[in-house]
Amino acid sequence: MGSSKLLPLVTILGICGHLGLAQSPTYGLGRTPTAEEIRNWDISISPTGKELPPGRGTAKEGADLFRQKGCAGCHGATGIGARAPALVKGGPPAEPGKAPPPGMEGMHMVPDTGIMALRSPFAVTIWDYINRGMPLNREGTLKPDEVYALTAFLLYKNDVIKEDEVMDAQTLPKVNMPNRKGFADLPEWKHGVPRLAGYP
Amino acid sequence: MDSKKPNRRRFLKGGAAAAGLAAGVVQSAKGQAVSPWREKGTNKEAIAYGERSRFVTSVRAPVAERDSPDAFGLMFHVLSPLQDSVGSITPSSLHYVATHRGSYIPEIDPKEHRLMIHGMVDRPLIFTMDDLKRFPSVTRVHFIECIGNRSKPTHKTVQETHGMTSCSEWTGVLLSVLLKEAGVQTGASWIVAEGAEEIKGASSVPLGKAMDDCLVCYGQNGEAVRPQQGFPLRLIVPGFEGIFQTKYLRRIKVVDRYYMTYNDYGHINPDPKVSALGNQIGPKSVITYPSGGQKLPGPGFYEISGLAWSGAGAIRRVEVSTDGGKSWKNAEFRTPPYPMAHTRFALQWKWDGKECELQSRCTDELGTVQPTRAEAAKYFNQTLDRNFRVPGADNTVQPWRVASDGSVHNGLV
Repeated sequence: MGSSKLLPLVTILGICGHLGLAQSPTYGLGRTPTAEEIRNWDISISPTGKELPPGRGTAKEGADLFRQKGCAGCHGATGIGARAPALVKGGPPAEPGKAPPPGMEGMHMVPDTGIMALRSPFAVTIWDYINRGMPLNREGTLKPDEVYALTAFLLYKNDVIKEDEVMDAQTLPKVNMPNRKGFADLPEWKHGVPRLAGYP
Repeated sequence: MDSKKPNRRRFLKGGAAAAGLAAGVVQSAKGQAVSPWREKGTNKEAIAYGERSRFVTSVRAPVAERDSPDAFGLMFHVLSPLQDSVGSITPSSLHYVATHRGSYIPEIDPKEHRLMIHGMVDRPLIFTMDDLKRFPSVTRVHFIECIGNRSKPTHKTVQETHGMTSCSEWTGVLLSVLLKEAGVQTGASWIVAEGAEEIKGASSVPLGKAMDDCLVCYGQNGEAVRPQQGFPLRLIVPGFEGIFQTKYLRRIKVVDRYYMTYNDYGHINPDPKVSALGNQIGPKSVITYPSGGQKLPGPGFYEISGLAWSGAGAIRRVEVSTDGGKSWKNAEFRTPPYPMAHTRFALQWKWDGKECELQSRCTDELGTVQPTRAEAAKYFNQTLDRNFRVPGADNTVQPWRVASDGSVHNGLV
């Protein structure tokens, strides 16, 4: 009798004890950031676009900004062939010996393979990169509307979207990118498992 | 000034002057030539922070494709002088450097620096550097290698063929400890790690790897991480490509999918086999002595010496061939084969003065063997010629050709 009354209590204590170990911090160091701190720091954008901020822009506005913000100074007036990586397709292949963009080693000799709008499987990645990394020496100063417009401009110049298409938090993740299916999934990483069994 | 006390410097100067050695060399009683004590050796800076001998001149060099610093003062890719390396630890000052697109090295006040962990966690947290140093510390030896580290026939030295890898003793906190403090939620599968530099470089790391052995490091080779290596805080993702080893680490976001950042999408590939060879570095080794550009003074005894490493774990075996891969001998380990670390190997060798080709190949703890270029070409059904580019990460065997005059050359032709 007594044991059957105790059983539920033991079970409950057992569950609490287990969850307690899993969920409570061990060291209690650091502090909780405020919601505002997280908002200000968090510039990561999911391929789904869920963190994209409000705002909008078109390729026409982006063309003006491309000049005003100094993009053309490094990427060329047409987005091709200046000191910085080409942004628009149709340029000549890179010269032998010229440094490829990061991760593009070996591919940059083929025309257009390094162009963001053609290679990136998601349009939001272009938004994310312009937002965090451009313009050189004034990174992080562009407003969301400006980033949407510049992204639209690059997509339009590479024939991915039409000139009058509005890019915003809803439309940008839905852009049908040319390389959307152009990459193989990475195998799941597991400790102690070869990345490619049987190679070489 | 304490002029009454004996002063070693004055004594030596006086001694040299008295001996009238115009050449500036003192012949010691044991017959070895030594220079008189130099002013430079006693300056306050050298007392406070030691410097190497002026006779040691080994230096890093920018990659051929782009100068560092460039016209804007940006640093791009800089190669470590592996040909002069001994042991397995790279001096911090000679550690290779690679940046996302050419970067300024940020000057970060560690008192102001913070690391935030947020996203799919129960308790978002912000840590100061002092907070992080209060956690239990972990010290491990790990290599870092850039995915662009590949030998080309135009390369002459091992610095050019393999200089974008280095190895350090790293000290910090296990990332898993920090993630457990924050409480990772069900459904999370990746993290995005981000730096505090101007470009806020970010890379996606599988959560399984993040919980396995990643380190949030404030220490490198017994001192603070160097600015070129990410001061004050760097994420070490052992065995993964250099781009994952996030410098100036300021934020970790726990997420539910591969975020495909700018750093990430450069690595995607339509071929699942090539894709699989990315991220984690395969077993790789290279002979650093004798290597391209060096010269053997004549026939006789030499110790062939090199480095072996693998992103999958420890090195189990290194073999060396002195006949272009026809026969192989087991090399000895000269440093402990730690997981995901450079391991120094050596083989005693008597050179007969004839032309020959030296190669090394390694096997890691999973039994994976370093391939030759011919094996890689065959696997991917491609023609092996001068233009063959090993798909994925290039971890193929490096041949060095020793000419009959003792000069050593890149065996890739």
